[in-house]
Parts: sequence; structure tokens; C-alpha cells
Amino acid sequence: MQTLPLIVLLPLLLGTVVCLWLGRRARQAPAWAAAAVTAAALALLSSHAPAVLDGQTLLTQQPWVSAIGLDANFRLDGLALMFGWMITVVGLLVILYAAYYLGPNDPPGRFYALIMLFMAAMLGVVLSDNLLLLVVFWELTSVSSFLLVGYWGQRADARAGARMALAVTGGGGLALLAGIVLLGQIAGSYDLSAMLSHGPAIREDPRYPVALVLILLGCFTKSAQLPFHFWLPEAMAAPTPVSAYLHSATMVKAGVFLLARLYPVLGGSALFELLVAGVGLATMLFAAYVAVFKHDLKGLLAYSTISHLGLITFLIGLDSPLSAVAAVFHILNHATFKAALFMTAGIIDHETGTRDMRRLAGLWRLMPWTATLAMISAAAMAGVPLFNGFLSKEMMFDESLQARVGPLGSGTVVVLVVLAATCSVAYSLRFIHDVFFNGEAKSLPKPHPHEPPLFMKLPVGLLAVACLLVGVLPALTLGPLVQVAAAALLGAEPPPYRLAIWHGVNAPLLMSLLAMACGVAFYFALQHGYKLHLHHPRGWTGRLFYTHAIDGLQAFAARLTRRLENGSLQSYLAWMLAAAVLLAALPFLFGHGAAPATGTRTLMNAPPLALAVWLLLIAVGVALLKLQRQRYVAVVLTGAVGLVASTAFIALSAPDLALTQLSVDVVSTVMLLMGLALLPQRSPRESPLPRRWRDAGLAALGGVGMAWISWLMLTRDFDSISWYFLEQALPLGGGTNVVNVILVDFRGYDTFGEITVLGIAGVGVLALLDGLRLRRPELDPLGRPWSYRQESLMLRRAARLVLPMSLVVAVYIFWRGHNQPGGGFIAGLVVAVALVLQYMALGQQRAEYLLHGQAGRRFTRWVGIGLGIAWLTGVGAFAFGKPFLTSAHGHPTVPLLGELPLATAALFDLGVFITVVGATLLMLSMLGAASRPPPRPLRGVP
Amino acid sequence: MPSMEFLLATGIGWVAAVGIYLLLRGRTFTVVLGLSLIGYAVNVFIFAMGRLWSGTPPILGGAGVLADPLPQALVLTAIVIGFATTGFVIELALRSRHENGSDQVDARPDPAEPQP
Amino acid sequence: MSLLSDHLPILPVLLPSLTAIVLLLIGDHGGDAQAGHGHRRLLWARRISLGSAALGLLLAALLVLDADGGGLRVYRVGDWPAPYGIVLVLDRLGALMLLLSAMVALPVLWYACGGWDAHGRYFHAIFQFQLMGLAGAFVTGDLFNLFVFFEVLLIASYVLAVHGLGAERLRVGVHYVVMNLAASALFLVGMALLYAGTGTLNLADLALRVPRVAGPDAALLQAAAMLLLVVFGFKAALLPLSMWLPATYAAATAPVAALFAIMTKVGVYAILRVHGVVFGAAAGDSAYTAAPVLLPLALATCLAGALGALAAQTLQRLVAWLTVASVGTVLAALGLFSTAAWGAGLYYMAHSTLVVAGLFLLTELVAAQRGDAADRLVSASPVAQPALLGLMLLLAAASVAGLPPLSGFIGKLMILQASSAHALQATVWAVVLGAGFLALVGLARAGSVLFWNVNQALPRSGASGASASLVGAALWLLGASVLMSLLAAPIQRYTADAAAQLLDRAAYARAVLGPQGEATQSTRPYRGTPGSGGAR
Repeated sequence: MQTLPLIVLLPLLLGTVVCLWLGRRARQAPAWAAAAVTAAALALLSSHAPAVLDGQTLLTQQPWVSAIGLDANFRLDGLALMFGWMITVVGLLVILYAAYYLGPNDPPGRFYALIMLFMAAMLGVVLSDNLLLLVVFWELTSVSSFLLVGYWGQRADARAGARMALAVTGGGGLALLAGIVLLGQIAGSYDLSAMLSHGPAIREDPRYPVALVLILLGCFTKSAQLPFHFWLPEAMAAPTPVSAYLHSATMVKAGVFLLARLYPVLGGSALFELLVAGVGLATMLFAAYVAVFKHDLKGLLAYSTISHLGLITFLIGLDSPLSAVAAVFHILNHATFKAALFMTAGIIDHETGTRDMRRLAGLWRLMPWTATLAMISAAAMAGVPLFNGFLSKEMMFDESLQARVGPLGSGTVVVLVVLAATCSVAYSLRFIHDVFFNGEAKSLPKPHPHEPPLFMKLPVGLLAVACLLVGVLPALTLGPLVQVAAAALLGAEPPPYRLAIWHGVNAPLLMSLLAMACGVAFYFALQHGYKLHLHHPRGWTGRLFYTHAIDGLQAFAARLTRRLENGSLQSYLAWMLAAAVLLAALPFLFGHGAAPATGTRTLMNAPPLALAVWLLLIAVGVALLKLQRQRYVAVVLTGAVGLVASTAFIALSAPDLALTQLSVDVVSTVMLLMGLALLPQRSPRESPLPRRWRDAGLAALGGVGMAWISWLMLTRDFDSISWYFLEQALPLGGGTNVVNVILVDFRGYDTFGEITVLGIAGVGVLALLDGLRLRRPELDPLGRPWSYRQESLMLRRAARLVLPMSLVVAVYIFWRGHNQPGGGFIAGLVVAVALVLQYMALGQQRAEYLLHGQAGRRFTRWVGIGLGIAWLTGVGAFAFGKPFLTSAHGHPTVPLLGELPLATAALFDLGVFITVVGATLLMLSMLGAASRPPPRPLRGVP
Repeated sequence: MPSMEFLLATGIGWVAAVGIYLLLRGRTFTVVLGLSLIGYAVNVFIFAMGRLWSGTPPILGGAGVLADPLPQALVLTAIVIGFATTGFVIELALRSRHENGSDQVDARPDPAEPQP
Repeated sequence: MSLLSDHLPILPVLLPSLTAIVLLLIGDHGGDAQAGHGHRRLLWARRISLGSAALGLLLAALLVLDADGGGLRVYRVGDWPAPYGIVLVLDRLGALMLLLSAMVALPVLWYACGGWDAHGRYFHAIFQFQLMGLAGAFVTGDLFNLFVFFEVLLIASYVLAVHGLGAERLRVGVHYVVMNLAASALFLVGMALLYAGTGTLNLADLALRVPRVAGPDAALLQAAAMLLLVVFGFKAALLPLSMWLPATYAAATAPVAALFAIMTKVGVYAILRVHGVVFGAAAGDSAYTAAPVLLPLALATCLAGALGALAAQTLQRLVAWLTVASVGTVLAALGLFSTAAWGAGLYYMAHSTLVVAGLFLLTELVAAQRGDAADRLVSASPVAQPALLGLMLLLAAASVAGLPPLSGFIGKLMILQASSAHALQATVWAVVLGAGFLALVGLARAGSVLFWNVNQALPRSGASGASASLVGAALWLLGASVLMSLLAAPIQRYTADAAAQLLDRAAYARAVLGPQGEATQSTRPYRGTPGSGGAR
């Protein structure tokens, strides 16, 4: 029982790997390996045959992702057995055939590995009990067919055919997936065995039509039914063994297999009958007609395959038990004779170097054996008595007598069916007549064709014999199998029927004879009357339609992408700001009830000074907008805005912020100026007027929004967790400057991250400007002067003075930080500023000295040390079993400095201090090092 | 006489607007300036979310009310991070201009520049 | 070992931080990576960095096992009680994200040690800082702290994005940095607005406060939430904010691009935490704030990404666009706002992160063997290792396009099932499957050009096969996808539990805020005096 999964796993794992491995070593070895594995799978399968043939259904279960209903549950019933045998037996013959077919330049390992992969996938499809598992294998067949069709990938037609096959069948697979999921949700289970009994209930469900259509999409694409048939002829670019195996005997049968598989669940509804029988009938007729006019042997066979698939689909669609019997019977028959014919075509191609029936002729005398075998198979295809094709066709005729498809009455159906049969007789006849007779071969690429090696003929022979045997003794050969398969298809025992050649003279027989007569007449009429060889197919084909669609899609995608990703930072930023404004506005526009209005908090009267500062701010802003292209001015004005912010902080009781903002502004202004020294001094006016209006609009919206939400919040009283900080800062935090205590203690972890950011920025600048040495020409490309102010004497004096002072100040600020405004960060900046002043004053040599050889490694170390101290301080708490950054403190009083907070927080703050100094100096020194004065004044454009 | 709240709110809005406008200009340097202006606006905004308190720095010891310290602490962190990023982006602009020969934000060649 | 267990949640942050500090202290190779001190330093940096990354992976795995117990690990930094101090919270989601980034980081670092790390200064230190930032963002339970660690990981990413320098990298680098700085400003505004409206920053506390703000004032909180959605959506590359991604990822060096596969997921993570939980089902008037916009935008992103992949002219851009598409898929799952969908989304996120990272590495391996054509999708000389690389690309492509039996298929299947009964079920199915189809077509085209449309006439590029270690790095990531489909059941259960855990606000509140749980009253009317107001 548990050997069921093995049937799939053998080729899937063992087969593929071994073939790939052997492929590197010996040419024939992989073929034998593949054959052995296939034989093993066949044997395993056959070992279960007796049980299945007397009506049992074998089930195995292996949970995989049960939560989503995807389990490795397998099932072996009549239908599965029939397909399993077909897949393995035909596979075996194809492998044998291919061993002699493949050329010396065709890598055998890859070929047989892929064949194994496909065989595994196909066996998986037919053996799955879990429908999701079936989908898994289903898509695997698409993928392996993609790879097999593309086996000769250096040929453009192979690539195109492979891609088309994948797109159509793979795409259909996605539809199938959707359908199966829907079906599973209707049925409440994805297991076939659980589903089969609920057929009627499922067909009642309102979601049934959707599920049905989606699933049919999957089946029709796979089985190349109208209007998805076009991929199959293109797939004929594959090596002939592949065409014989995948594209006639097995893979394309997956669609009809699934139809048969789900018949008890989905079948029997009017919609099912209309769609399936209708599409099948149309496909059968259309493809049979087209096949007659194909000059390429494989093209003809491809369309005939489509037509026969249509026939099977039509039979499954018909709502009559016997049509099911006919369907399964024809599936078997078609597999035998069509595989044989493809191999024949391969032989002819192999021997003559062409498959074009306009050049081929008269091969009868050169390869009589091949010809005989071909004739047998072709006769079966045409439905000539004594051959298996005849029997299933008879049954099909019989069914068509009572069939009515949607609007079409049985009369019309009969006519159409006979027409299709006529065409199939015609193309079968053409296959034989055009290739083996019809005068002398003209200018063959290989002038002297002869019989192929025995082992290339053998598979064809076996299949041909099968055609004959089944044709004569159907009941003895396939009777039992057809019986169980049909039973599995119907989900019930089929009514009694007789598989035999002779049913007496009846309508079906007459229809057959009629079709044959007409077919022969039709063919010779075409050949002589119409000059068939001069026929050129019409321009419009499904393939063309497909390629147009795909190209259109490509073009659309390209256009859309170019539109969206236009590479302009300005438009990306505009998108972001617009999104922000719009989304933030939504709640106000469509919120619950009224939009929030001005609150009730008692407001603070603004002193005149504040008003003055406000007016100043407005003025500065206006000036910025006016003068933004004069960069030096713009920098100064920006700094002014910073000053206003600092004053606001002072006035509104945030001394720490004021101090920090101030020192940060100094440093960043210095950096801006140093950067500016290496950039053009003015920006050109380039954005067009509409763009500037758009930006102004966005800016206005953003500004108003910010102002409005600030106003709303400022005019409201509020709750906060801050009371806790005021309460605990002194007793637990050991400091009176609550802000600082929060920074280094309550939220010291933020500060830890913050100095990390600073450190990374410093190192990042080092990485960024590494090796950059800019020469400052006197004029930039636009002829704008690069200004570089010589350091003034006064500045140098000031610097000398500032450095020592600043150090003292820094120490002071640092120590008082915990209780008064200040702290490590500000202290660090002060020192950095002092050093910067120094650096600016002393100019270049200093920079070079700071950096000589070391390339900034010194300051990087400082950063490392600072962060290290902070890190260790934090981790130190572990020793006391406390979490990271837990602080401890005492307050010894020291002369001069007053109360000295010896808190671990102070140690942490020291880390902050060092990091700040290191990072800041790193940035500035790299910037300085990057800027060298020109060796000699340059003239004009460098 | 307008209230302090009004002045602050409008001030924030105004600086933000100017900043956004500069941010949308086509030259890296101007963009950097825009970013620092937006930074100012945002910092003051965070600070303002602790509402306004006059003459009451959050330093214990003195009697009476204290301004909300938490937003101030947040602003401090924000300022530092803003400082770090500003420093980085300036030098990024420099390097980009050096490599691309243009300080246009998309490194498009300068209009006046002779096309090679 | 109690020391380990006591401090488990913060170790993922402290470990890379320490490593980075050490790397800064020993200095880097400076100018000379080839010989002498510089070379020796480089070797040491590699050993330390790799060792730390491996340790990080171990740690992350430990954390996942620990979190899978179902308990929440809460770590009070500085020993301050929540919500006043900063707490780290480790739940299934956080642990999953940590494991994910560690699983990407190690192979990527290994790959970078193949030579990229010598193409710039202090690569390893910055890389570790990046990991620190990621870890910090994934474990924190505090909104402002989330901002801080966003900045850590961002500034590190700025440096990495331009690693190797060169005109193109700097050009897109400027875009990336400037846009991120703008986004950070929005983050601050949103954060401050939330504080002003609720008076707290702790995520657990926020989840309790937000529902209590009713009526008009709720609009202010929702505005804040929307601003944050813009920020996180930008990080996650949600349309229309995704346009920075393709160029940035396509220009970045392979290891960096691969590492960045996790960066977009930071945005996804934040959306889940803030908009999924704080502004989720139980947020009173502010419930489902993001819902009306998230799902449509996510679906649009998914399609745009797939179309971009279809239009791509180079393999790296194709992969970059697929990243966008995958993010769209994940966010669509989030936008369905159901436990099942979130579980599916998390599974898909894990899958896509690993596969995309692997694809970026693979891209460079392929490009290196195609001479001047590099990764452009044009006929060129055959690659040196067609079988190996072809097989790897096939694997990755099948997985990312959602072909069975790989993780991508299972993920999409979960999303399909989870979206049933949702009002937009049909749309979601159509988009998810349609995007899969487009990806299929695009990848088939790329693969057939790269490996089949070879021009034997052209001289074989001198490049010999890629070294086993480089291939190994890519294989590790792609193999993870296979593993994810084999072990789909336990992983699916984990992600489902993670989603369920997110919605259990009561347990979260109890764990973070103490025994009173949802009854905790942390804020008081602020009157500017210690202990003023008192508990209401």
C-alpha cells in the first residue's frame, strides 16, 4: 500500500539525480538508468493492478501542510492505473527510441533527467488523491515541458515554443489552482475521496459555476482545446521523442484526465455539458480540418492530436455513461497510434533530414518496414476497421446519435462529427500518401535515406502491433482496464456494453464508411484539384494573437515602468509629500463626526519680543525663498532660522534644547560652508514655472497642515506619563535636570542608539570620502567662482583663545549636566567646535596632520572608545543582575564643582562625550582633507 | 495680541513650508538646506507637543510647575540624529557631484556644460 | 545559564554592537587590502564579523524556540517600569524577524568576504551596525525607540548602499538618503502627534490609550497613524512610494542588495505592529485606520512590481522589481486584517526575503560569467557553469513566481485561502495569481535568454566558474526556500500563532504593563508638578 508514493518518488528523486550524474560519464548510460527506473515504477504499479482490476481503490495518506489542506495523499483506482500504465509503458518505449534518436551534441544526462522529472510529475498528477497535490504536480509538468521543449535552446523557435507552452499551460495552471481552492472550500475538503460523494451538493453551490469555469480553463489550456490550442504546434520544436511522449501520449492528456477525474464531482450539469462537449466538438472539427493543410509532418500530427483530444473532451462532456467508456477507450487507442506516428515522423526526419511533405515522397521503396508500421498506425488514426481507432470512433459515432450540445440538435452534431472524421481520414491518408508514395522524393537534405536501426523501429513496431491486437480483440486486451477506468470516471459501474469489431450493420458503421469514402475523395480532390502543396496557411493564427498580446503586455509594462520610475528625485519626493498630506487629511475629512476644533487650554500671551522674533522668522523665510540660489546667503539664513528656534526653546523653558540646538547649528553651519567651498556657489534657475507652482502648492499644504495640527494640540490640555519622571528623577535618577536624567537614565537606551547613529555617520563619511581629493578650480564649469576664504587673522587669534577656554567650559558643562542644563553631548560638541575653529584657523596643514597616513583611523578609534564605554557601562549592570543600562549613583560633594554626581550615568555620558568628539572631528577632518587648494591657479574650465 | 501658541504654530508651519519648497529644488545643496529647515520645524513641533510653559525649565528644586521634560528629551535625541544625518548627506552630495560631474539631484549634466 | 536567559531579548542588539565597536577599535585594512597590516586586519575583521553573525544566527534560533513557548519576554532597559522606561518585548513575530535577518545576514556576509568587503572602508563594522539596527527595531516595544533604531539601521544602510562607490551608486544613493531623511521627519511628526494625543510612547500602552480617545480628537491620532503609514509604506516600498527601490537595489553591490531584502520587511513589520495592533480591530473610533488604503495600494504595488519585472532589461532590476511585487503580496495579506491572512503574510514574507536575497547573489554569479553583457538580458557568450547556475535560477524563479512545490506556492496558497470570504476576495485572487503569471512570463524570458540564447560565436568570457563558497552562499538562501516548503507545516503553525499572539492585547498588556494589564492607568493630566493630578 505505502509503495504508491514510491511510484512517483522513484523517477522524481532517484531517476533525475542518477541520470544527471551518469550524463557526464557515458552517452547511453542515462538512457539505461532511465529505462530501469521506469521499469521499476511500472513493476510497482503493476503489483497493485490485480487489486484495482477487481474494483478496489487504493489510498495512502501522508500529512504535509494539513492546515491548508495540502497533504501527500495518493490514490490508485482504475483511471489512475490506466494512465499510470500509459505513462510508464509509452515512457519506456520513448526512452528506448530516444537512445537512438539523440545526436552526438545533445547532452543525454539533461534529457533523461528531464524526462524522469516529467514522468514523475505526470504520475503524480494521475495518482494524487489530494487535489492541491495534483495542482503541484500539474505545474511541475508545465515546468518540465518548458525545459524539454527548450532542450535545443539555441534555436529561437525552441525558445519561443517553450515560453509559449509555459505561459499558456502554466497560466492555465494558476486558473486551475484558483478553481481547486474554490472547489475545496465548497466541498470542505481537498481530498478526492472525500469529495466524490458530495457531487450533487457541490453542483448546487452558487460558487460552482465559477469553480467549474476556472478548472475548465486549466484543463482546456493543458489539453490544447480551442481557443488555447495554438501552443501545441509550437511545442513541436521539441525533440521528437518529447513530442511523442509529452505532446501526444501523456501531458496533453492531463487535461482530459482531470475532466474524467472530476466528472463525478463537476459533471452532469447543463453548464458542464455545454462547455465541455461544445468546446470538444469545435476543437475536434477545427483541428482536423487544419491538420489536412499542414505541410510539416509534426504539424499535421500536432493538429490531429488536438482534434483527437477534442474528440475525447466531447465524449466526456456528453452526459451518457457509455460515452465515458468510449472516452477512456479512445484515450488508450490514441496514445498507441499517435506515439507510433510521432516516432515514425522522427525516423523520417532522422533519415531524410526534412519533415516537409512537399519535399518528401516515394519513401516506400527506400524504407518499406517503416512505411508498413506507419500505415498501420495511420489506419488506426483514420478509424479503419481492424484497427483500434475504428472501435472507439464507432462508439463515438454511436454516442453522437443521441447527443445534443446546447443549441445543436443531434442531427447537426452527427453531421459535424462525420465531417471531423472525414478530415481525419484525409490527413491520415495524406501522411501516408505524401510521404511514402506520390512520385519521387525531390532534393532531400540527406539524399540516401534507408531503414533506421532496429531499436529505433522496435518501439514503433510494438505500438503498431498493439493497434492491431486491440483492434481485433478489444475485449481480451483492454476490456478489463477500460471497465475499471470507466467505472472510476463515472464513480459507478458503467452499464453493460460490448467491445467488439462487429456490431452488425448499424448507423455508426455507415457513418464510418461514409467518412472514409468522403475522406479519400476529399484528399485526392485537394491533392490534384486544389494543388495542396501550393497551399499557404492564412496569416491569422492563435499563435499570432498570442505573440501580439504578449508584446503588447511587454510594451505596456515598459511604458508604465518608465512613467512610474522616471528617475527624478523631485517627483519621488513630491509623491511622498502628496501622499503624506492626503492621507493625513483623510481622517479630518471622513473622520467620525466633526473634525477636531480649537481646544480650551488657556493660552499664553505673547510678549512683543516674541512677536518681533516671529516677524523676523517670516522675513528670513521670505528671504530664503528669494535668495535660495545664492548658496552662501542661504546657509546664513538657514542658520538664522536655527537661532530663532533656539530662542524659542529658551523662552519656552527648554534650556537644554537651546544649548544643544545652538552648538549643533554652529557645527553644521561650519560643515555646510566647508562643503559649499567645494560646490558651485549658486544654483541655476532650472525648474520650470509650473513645477515651481506645484512645489509651492505642496509646501503650502504641508506648512498649513503642520501649523493646524500644532495649533490643535497646543490648545488642548493633555495627559502624560511625564509625572513619573518629575517624581522619580531625583529619588531614583539621582539628578535634578529631568531632561538629562531621561536622556542618560530613563531613556538612556535611546541615547545609546543615538550616539551609535552619530558614530556610524562619522565612519560612513570616512568610507564615503575615502580617497577623495578634490581640486578646487577657481571657476566651476559654469564659470561661477569657487570661493574659498583665506582664514582670517582674527579667526586664528580667536581660535587660539577659544580652545583652552572651551575645554574648561566643556568639563563644567559635562559635570553639571545631570542637575543643570548641559551634559556629555553638548560638552562634546563644544570641544569639537573649539577644535574645528582651531582647525579652520590653522587650515590645511592641520587637516593633513590630523589625517596623515592614518586616514581618519584615529577618530574612528575615538568613536569606538566612546561607544565602547557606553556599551560597557550598560552591560556593567549585568554584574549586579540588573538589566542593561541600569544606573547606580552617589553624590560626594567636591569643592569648586559642588555636588559631584558620581552616577554610572555620568560614565555613560562620558561615552557620549567621546563619541561626539570623535564623530564630529571625523566628519570635519574628512571634509577638510578632501579639499585641497589648487597647486596653481587654473584658468577657465578645467 | 496673538497668543504664543499661535505664533509657534504658524512659525512651525512657515518653516516647514519653506523647507519643503527647498527640498523640492533640483540641486543637492539646496535640498540639504531644505532638510535642515524641515528638521528645525519638526524639532520645535515635537517640543510643542509637550505644550508651552514659560519660565519653568524642567529642573527640580525650584517650586512651582515644570515644563514637560519628555518631549524635550525626545527633541534632543532627534537633534543629534539630525546632526549626524546632515553631516553625512552633505558629504554624500559632495562625492556624488565629484563622481557625476553635476550636483543636480538626478546627476543630470549641467545645462550650460558643453556636452561631451 | 541565567545571564543568558535574563538578558535574552537585548543580546541580539548588544552582540553586533560589540562586534562593530571591536571592529572600529582594531581599525580596517585602510588602503592596502592585499598585503601587510591591512591584509591581516581584513582577515581578522572577517573572522570576527563572521563569527559574530554565526553566533547571532544561533541566538536568533534560540529566541524563536523560546518565543514558540507562547510566552512574551519583556526586558525593562535600565530597570525602569513600563511604560515609563523603554521595554523590549520579544514575541513570536519579533523572534521570527530576528531569525530571518540572521539567516540572510550570515550567507550574505560570507559572500561579501569573497572580496566585496575590501572595496571600501569599515564594511564589516557598518554591516554589524546594520544588524544592530535591525535587531533593535525588531525587539523594541517603544515607538520612539523604534524611531531611533530605524535611524541606526538606515544610516548604516546609507553607507552600505554606496559601498563600492561609483557614479551610479552615488546618484541613486542621494535619492535613497534624501527620501529616507524626509520620511524620518514624517516619522517624528507622527510619533510626536501620538504622544500629544495619548501621553505615552510605549506600544502596549498606546494600544490601550488609542481606543480611549474618542470623537473628533480621534482624527488627530488617525492622522498620526496615516503619517506613520506613509513612512513605513515608503520603507516597505508600497506604491506610490516604491520607486526608489529598483534603482537602489539594482545599483547596490550584490551582497548589499541581498541584505536589503530584509530592509523592506522592516516597514512591513512596523505596519503590522502599529497599524495592525495599535490601530487594529480594538482601537475604538480609530479601529482599522489603515484598512481603507492599505489593501488597494498593496494590490497595486503587487501588479506594478510584476509589470516592472516584465519590463526589466537586466536581471538585477528584474529581481528588484520582484522584491516590490513580493512586498505588495505581503502587505495585501496584512491589509486583509485577519489572523489567518497575517499568518499567511508572515510565511510569504519569510519566503520572499530568503529567495530574493538568494536571487541577488545569484544574479552577480551569473553576470560575472557573461563577459561584457553582465546581467543584461541579451544574447551573450555562454556561462561557465550552465547546469549549476541554470538549476539555481530555475529553483529561485519557480519559487518566487509561486510555482509548486516551493515555498512561494505554499505562501500564495495560504493567502488565497485566507482571503476567501473577504469582500475583495475576487480582486485579491486575480491580482495575486495575475502577478504570479506576469512573474512567470518575465522569468521565463530572462532564463531562456541567459541560459539558452547563447552566442557560441562570441568568445567565452575568461571567467572560470564561481568559487564554491560564493555559490554556497546563494545555495544556502535558495535551499532555505526548499526547506520552507518541506517544513511548511511547522512554519505555518508558527506564523499563524505569531499572528494570533499579536491580537491578544490582554496578554500583551499584562506582560508589559504588569498585573493590572488593560486596566493600567499610566498617564495623568499633566499640570507640570510632580505627582500632580494623581490617578483618576
